[in-house]
Parts: sequence; structure tokens; C-alpha cells
Amino acid sequence: MSRGPQRPAGTAPATASDGGAFAGTVGGNRALLIEEPLLFEQGDPARAGVDLPEPEDAAPRLGGIERAGAIGLPGLSEPEVVRHFTRLSQKNYAIDAGLFPLGSCTMKHNPRLNERLARLPGFADLHPLQPLATVQGALALMDALGHWLKVLTGMPVLALPPAAGAHGELCGMMVIRAAHDAAGEDRRRVLVPESAHGTNPATAAACGYAVESIPADGRGRVDVAALKGKLGPDIAAIMITNPNTCGLFETDIIEIARAVHGAGAYFYCDGANFNAIVGRVRPADLGIDVMHFNLHKTFSTPHGGGGPGAGPVALVEALAPFAPVPWIVHGRDGFALRETAEGEAARSIGRLKAFHGQMGMFVRAYAYMLSHGGDGLRQVAEDAVLAANYLLASLEDTLSPAYPGPCMHECLFDDEALRPYDVSTLDFAKALIDEGFHPTTIYFPLVVHGAMLAEPTETEPKAELDRFIAAVRGLKDRLERGGAERLKSAPHYSPRRRLDETRAARAPVLRWSPPRPPEAAE
Amino acid sequence: MAETRYTSEHEWIRLDGDLATVGISQYAQERLGDVVYVELPEVGRKVGAGDDMAVVESVKAASEVYAPLAGEVAEVNEALNAKPETINEDAEGAGWFVKLKDVDAGKLEGLMDAEAYREYVKGLD
Amino acid sequence: MRYLPLTGADRKAMLAAIGAASVDDLFADVPEAARLTEPLDLPPHAGEIEVSRALAALAARNVAAGEAASFLGAGAYRHHVPATVDHLIQRGEFLTSYTPYQPEISQGTLQYLFEFQTQVALITGMEIANASLYDGASACAEAALMARRATRRRKVVASGGLHPHWRDTVATLLRYADAELVAAPADPLGGEDLASRIDADTACVIVQNPGVFGHLRDLSALGRACAEKGALLVVCVAEVVSLGLCVPPGAMGADIVVAEGQGLGNGLNFGGPYLGLFATRERFVRQMPGRIAGQTVDADGRRGWVLTLSTREQHIRREKATSNICTNSGLCALAFTIHLALLGEAGFRRLARINHARACELADRLAAIKGVAVLNDAFFNEITVRLPAPAAPVVDRLAEDGVFAGVPAARLFPGEGALADHLILCATELNTADEIERLGTALEGALR
Repeated sequence: MSRGPQRPAGTAPATASDGGAFAGTVGGNRALLIEEPLLFEQGDPARAGVDLPEPEDAAPRLGGIERAGAIGLPGLSEPEVVRHFTRLSQKNYAIDAGLFPLGSCTMKHNPRLNERLARLPGFADLHPLQPLATVQGALALMDALGHWLKVLTGMPVLALPPAAGAHGELCGMMVIRAAHDAAGEDRRRVLVPESAHGTNPATAAACGYAVESIPADGRGRVDVAALKGKLGPDIAAIMITNPNTCGLFETDIIEIARAVHGAGAYFYCDGANFNAIVGRVRPADLGIDVMHFNLHKTFSTPHGGGGPGAGPVALVEALAPFAPVPWIVHGRDGFALRETAEGEAARSIGRLKAFHGQMGMFVRAYAYMLSHGGDGLRQVAEDAVLAANYLLASLEDTLSPAYPGPCMHECLFDDEALRPYDVSTLDFAKALIDEGFHPTTIYFPLVVHGAMLAEPTETEPKAELDRFIAAVRGLKDRLERGGAERLKSAPHYSPRRRLDETRAARAPVLRWSPPRPPEAAE
Repeated sequence: MAETRYTSEHEWIRLDGDLATVGISQYAQERLGDVVYVELPEVGRKVGAGDDMAVVESVKAASEVYAPLAGEVAEVNEALNAKPETINEDAEGAGWFVKLKDVDAGKLEGLMDAEAYREYVKGLD
Repeated sequence: MRYLPLTGADRKAMLAAIGAASVDDLFADVPEAARLTEPLDLPPHAGEIEVSRALAALAARNVAAGEAASFLGAGAYRHHVPATVDHLIQRGEFLTSYTPYQPEISQGTLQYLFEFQTQVALITGMEIANASLYDGASACAEAALMARRATRRRKVVASGGLHPHWRDTVATLLRYADAELVAAPADPLGGEDLASRIDADTACVIVQNPGVFGHLRDLSALGRACAEKGALLVVCVAEVVSLGLCVPPGAMGADIVVAEGQGLGNGLNFGGPYLGLFATRERFVRQMPGRIAGQTVDADGRRGWVLTLSTREQHIRREKATSNICTNSGLCALAFTIHLALLGEAGFRRLARINHARACELADRLAAIKGVAVLNDAFFNEITVRLPAPAAPVVDRLAEDGVFAGVPAARLFPGEGALADHLILCATELNTADEIERLGTALEGALR
């Protein structure tokens, strides 16, 4: 069997302990926390939340393809819809509520100015296929955003289309493959550190590469000797995150880049952790050939419960011909779009999605860049790194740091300090929920046992960092005084206790279904 | 009944007459957590020693199960489709995955016996 | 700076706690050669007034679709989004929340995803759906990859009525996947015979309905032809509102349905962010890419939801993953769910009927113009006309007068000389009778 990540045996929920949580109310609600059924359990065909005029009764021209039976959608009035989703919202933790220290996610404040500007009709109400003369401002914004990213990286080419970080990775690796194919080089393997995020090897595999792992050294960085040993004429690229997923800057990165280039391979950088170095280091100066950004991490576009994101990619000149379409080009009459892989774009890897890219996120990210300016972005990196080191220094006697400091924008702990109490990283995380925090990233990176990766970001007030530190110390204190059981049965105060993930996966129920009509009598 | 032998990848194999029964070890089951799904190979498939043969999924991990020795899949444990938890309950008995035929029994010597596997596992933790 | 809460005093206290003299000490691991000592050539920080001014100036250089009489479709559709939607999605608990990896404090997100999945399954007539993908085109590409995995066959056949952006996205994703894309020629008359292209090596047939030229077809025969040869039928829906009036793909034999969900809850936004819908048969559940919300119970026995079947996703199976997808289109999916909740059964059907009625009026008005031929007998809200002159210059001319007269087919099919005089137009509930008349008059003028 291959090695999977370490998990405590099963995530079966602890039995209901104090029972008092819901025994106190008649209806099962808890003041502001109101139980809310599914839309389908409360709709009524006689209700609607819109008023639409009845169209004239003309003969349809549907070629007979008219829907016959009911769809089965519930009908609700506007007040009911508002109430439904408002109640749902009250069950979510969010950055707006408090510290969200998820390592490698960069959960920074989402500025509301960006929301207002993205909704200007001159951006929001543009059809992607309008005549180009009517969208010059939109193309100018995309070009300006690209310019900022080029200056921040020191790299000359920017591909805007990818819709998310993983999409940007796919773009970057496909460009590398296309470049080698065009040069007649048959390279089929990619090197990835064992600490890498799972998207990296998945992406490489999607491009037809075999993936080989590079071990970490005792300092939490890529083992340079091992890396050099694996370089050869069949290696297409190395994929490195810098700072890496342990929150550490790859000190030998320039030497690594030299070795990689010397072997004729490309250097792909996963830019998820760019928040640590923005304005202080340019990826081009490190020898990076391809780097994707996560606009929803470094550049504050909202995470929205899981998306949408945007993953533009910076490229060196040699890879420019392979960039995905559409390309923004400067013509006689202003900006134009090269939308197909023809002419100058004949060697492009092609199209990654419909239309031009995540324009709504471009507007937000650009407004963020203008707000911070070059000076502000540099301050962002400094405060982000300062905050993470403050957490590391304040908690190094409470939890066990995986590596000695300093760290960059995120700090990593293993579960050594929890072992004497027979409490897992998972238990500790669930206890943090009761304390009013979203937990840190847990069980990632895989190279550390019971990992807890905390990234506070630069938008946290010191008071919030201190509140977190106090909570962690308090929980450890509780463990020292014999309170392990309380953590193992956490969380107690959230809208739901621990959920049975095993049951969800064994017998998947992925949608509501209408109740079966009673069997007809024989 | 012949003795059970183990691989470094935590599979076990046991000769039962002409067939060799294969599964994952108690240690493996514990580390995986609650098994939710098993992907079994087709009967008739030929496997080499160390080839991917099956996949076992828990809530958080999917792990490959490798063929301990070369052979041909003669039977698969269909009961695991309905009750994958059998692997957690009885990994080295009722939780078997596959029975192989045309196995070279001589190669069993090269695998760990129960004692050696116990030592090996101790060294891992 | 308004987004940076740390004061000079805070920084000093934190450095003291760390035991560092300055923040530069914390960057000691950066090789000296790579340390930026000069500020980069970028403007300095700015307040809301200046930033608003700069962006307003850029926005003013565009003509919003609402300022014109717009008949643009072809993969992005202008519909009215009720005021409630935008208010709800901007609640901080939705806007600034994350992927629901800690389900105990993400039941809001997980419940709406479960509702979304149900809505998608219902409107497409399929058994299960995922929690969304980036957009319809990339969902289509993922469907092709899934068909390849499920059937272990190499060939993907694409209809000549499939939107070229979707077709090109499939081509890109298949490039290194040991597969072959067989793209049928452009089908402006909607009469292609795809069944004859299916053979024993066909993993799937991808067809769009209504097609990019607007044609609406019964795909049941094609569904049977696929099933006979063991190929999967992938049906693409670019205009999701069409599902309020047309027979759903699930009832026509689709194995996988992918759609662009932008038309509900989400504005045009110059092409993104959009919303990929993905639905399929229950037996393919472990092959389905993307995130999925599943129902379960908690320690108190109360119903709740979690992300499930995540072993398929990239973060666990790594190189054996079903795809490398990490994000869904969360907030766009929420907007869709809210909009469809407001519409309900009656509203969704009525909205669809209004769209179709408007398109019929459009077709009649254009058919009355000398030299203009409407190519569609059966359609939902999009039609293709053939003009007596190249379409692109006509469209540019009309745009100057504030009429967006549709998408010239040449924009989507640049190499096809025979399509240079074809124009794809869409009418929705936002187009008025006056606008249709204005379009008709302007077109007559331009063609004189």
C-alpha cells in the first residue's frame, strides 16, 4: 500500500456529551442560530420571488422540444428567500468575523471599495463579444494589471486567462511542455518537492509528465544535492513553491535555478506564497521562468466560500509564444484581442476557458494595487512576515515549531507538544473553533507530522493576534490540567458538532430528492 | 492453512491451495481510518509483483494496493462493495481483496513473516 | 494605510517579542543578490477618492451593454438579476468565507452548495451534480477527460454546433491526454449527422443544445446511437435559461451535462467570473471532477453537510487525481442558487417563455428585411441570420449608433469564409419591442 497522509483513525463523531446544548429550547434553535430547512422543504408552487409579465400566447418554435413535466423547483417569496440565505450566512465563519489563519491561503481582508468598483456598469455590464471599440477601457485595465504584475515579478510576459491557481499551474506546465516539444526535446519527467501542494503533481500528470519527488532536508528546504542528483536530459521542469509550504524561503533557490537551467529544464514557481515577498523580491531575480499568481490570495479578491479565483501567469520571453489565448495586443486603433492560435499566436497552447479571463477579479485586484501602491505592497509583505514571526515566537513554548525560526509569512508546528496528552492536531483544531477562530491549515504539508500551518496575514490587528495566542496557550494549559476529553469532543458551540464524514463518503447523498409517492395498491 | 506473509507496502498474502489471498494489514487499516470505498481489479487481469492492483479509499486518503507477487486475478471480494468497513473490522480475514492464481509459491520466502513484519512496523512509528 | 492595522508601536513590540532588531532580519534568508533595495517603478498608495476616479475613468471608456440596444449572446447572456441577489452575496459571511474544509463552521456554504447541486440536477434532468467548475467551456473539457477515463477510449467527437471557445478549450485539455479530438465542421444550418462519426474508439460525442447557431434539436436519436456503440453523450448548454422551457438533456439520453450558469445570478462581467455546471449519472459519481457537498449527521444526530468524495480531488490522490481542480466558482454558484430560488418553478418557466417570445419577434422582424434569411426553424432565444453582405463591418457600423447587433460568426469562426455573412443574435427579457424595431431599422439602413 502506498503511504497516505496521517489521519487519526476515522473521524467518527464523539457521542453527544453534555447534551445541554439543545435541550434548553423547545424548537431546537439557539437565539440567533436558527435551524433552516432546505429550499425544497419549504417551497410552494403558488409562491414566487419575482414578478414577470405573462408573455403573449404565441405558437412556440421549439421544434417540439418543449419541456412537458414539472422541473420540481420550489417557489418562495422574496422575504422567504432573504430569510433563508441570511440564516445560512449566520452559520459561516468568515474573515469579516475574525482571524482566519489558514496557511498558504492568505486570508487577508477583502476591501469593499473593490466590490463597489467591480460593479460599475462600465465593467460589470460588458458583454465579452462586444465590438472592441466599445471595450477599450476594459482592455486597458487588463493591460495595466498585467503591467503591475510584470513589474512585481521582473518578468516580461503576463498571461491573464487562467481562472484559478490550479488553472494557472496547468497553464504554466502546458507552456513548458509546448516549448520543449517545439524545440524537439523529449522530456517526460518533472521534479516536485515532497512538501508540495497536491495540485502540483496532479497538474504535471495532466500534462503527460511522470512526477518524481525531491526530499526535504533537515532545515525544511529542498535537498539541493538530491535535486541535482535527479537532474538530467529527461527532466522538463522543477515545480517549487517559494517561500515553500513550510513557510520558509528556499535559501539555495538561485543555485537551484542555475542547476535546473544548466540541465535544460524550466523553473516553475507556485506563487501561492507571494504575499511573503511582494515588493521585496522579484521572482525573475531568482531565476524563475514561470510563476502563477493567486489574485484571491496576494491581491485580496474575495474567497467567496471557495471561488471564483483568478490565476494569471508570468513568463520569461522564451515562453511568450506559447502563452494561452486570448492575447491583448496593441494595434493602430488601440487595444485588440488575438483570440485564436493563429498568426503570431500560432504556437500558443490554445484556449483554457471561454472568453478573456476573470475580469471581475481583475478590477478588484487592480483597485487593490492602486490602493496600496508600490510602497504599500512592500509593507504588506513586511507586516505579513512580521505577524507570522510574532505568532511563532509567542507560541514556540506552547506548541512545537517544526523548524527553528525565523519563518516567512506563515509558521509551521508539528504535533509533538500534543502527544503527551493523547490529543491530535484535529482535536486541537476543533477546540480552536469553540474559541472563536477558524483553525489553522492542518495535516499539510505532509512532510511534518500532524502539521499546523498558520498564516495570519498583514491585515490582522495586533489585538487579534494576541487573542489567538492567548487561546492557544489557554487550550494547552487546559491539556496540562487534564482537560483532553473536552478537546476530543470539540467543537461544542458551533452550529454543528463534528460531522460523520465516513458516512457521507460510504453512502453519498449528494442532492435532495422528492419523497417517493406511496406504492399503488395492488 | 499456510502462513501469512507481508510486504513493506503493508499488503498480506496467504496461500490457500492453488490460490493466494491478498489484503491489507491490520496496521494499514488502522492508519487509513474508516474505509469508504474499494476499487477492485477485473477478474482475469494479470499483475506483476509490485503493480497497482486495487485502490482503497478512506475519507481523507486513497491508497494503492500493490500485488505482492505476480499472478492472475481469479476472484475479487465483491462483498467489499456493499460493506467496505469489513476491511476495518477484519483486515486480515474477511476483509481480503483479491485471490490470485498462477503465483510462484517459492517467492513467498522473500516476503516478511508475521514476526519480521511486526518488527518492521515498530521501526516505522 | 487603511488596510494595514499595525502601528509603529505594534511593530516595535512585535519585533521585541521576536527578538529581532528590524524586519529586515526576518528576510535574512533571501539571497543578497535578490533583495530589492530600491522601490519598484510603481505609483505610491492612494485613497478611495483617487482610486475611484482612476477606475471610473477606465469604465467610462467602455459602452455598457445596457446603454445600447444589445442582442449579444453566443455564450454569455444578459438577464435581469433581482436586487436581492447582490445584497445577499455581499454578506461578509458569504463573500469573505473560505472553502468549507471545517464543516462545523461552514454549514451556510455547505447547505447552499447542496441546494445548488440539487437545482442543477433538477433543471438538467440528471441524477447528480457537483458544486460547480470555472465555466461551461472548462466543464466541457473536464467532461471529455472524464469520458476518456470512464470508457478507456481515445476519440472525442465534437459537434459543429459547439461554441468554438468550448471546442478550443477541450482541444487544449486533450492535448497531452493521449486523446484525439474530431471536430465536425461548423454547422450553421443545424443539420449535421453526428451519429455516423461514432465508432468503437469514441469515448464521447459532445453536442451543444441549443447550438451556437441557435438550433434546438431532439438529441434522443443521437443518445441511442452513442449508447449502442458504448460512447457517452455529453450535452452542453450555453444558455441555462433555456432549461426552463426545453426538454432537459437528461431526458434525451445525456450521460454528462455541462452548462454555463452565468445567465442566472451573474452579470456579463466581460467574460468572467462565470459558472460551470456539471451533472451526470449516479454510477459515474467517483469519476466526477470538482468539489461535491454531501449530506450526513453530526455528533448530536443532526443533519448537516460536508465536502465529500474528496479522495478524487487533487489534494489527496495527487498524480492519480481525476483533475487538478482546486476551486469551484463558490460565490457565482450562490448567486445562481438565490436567483433560481427567487424564480422558482413558475418564474423560471415564465422567464424562459418570455425569452423565446422575444426571440420569435426578433426573428420575424429580421425575416422581413430584404436579403436577410433566418436560418433557424427551432430555437430558444438565439438565431443566426445570413446577410447579403459581410456581417462584421455591419456590426461595427451599428455599434457606433448604440446598437449591438449580435456576434458576427466570423468572430468565432475566423477561418471560415463561408460564414462571413452570418450573424448570431440573441433576445432576452431585457430587450424591448422598441429595441427590436430599432435594430431592424438600423440593419435595413446599413444594408441599403
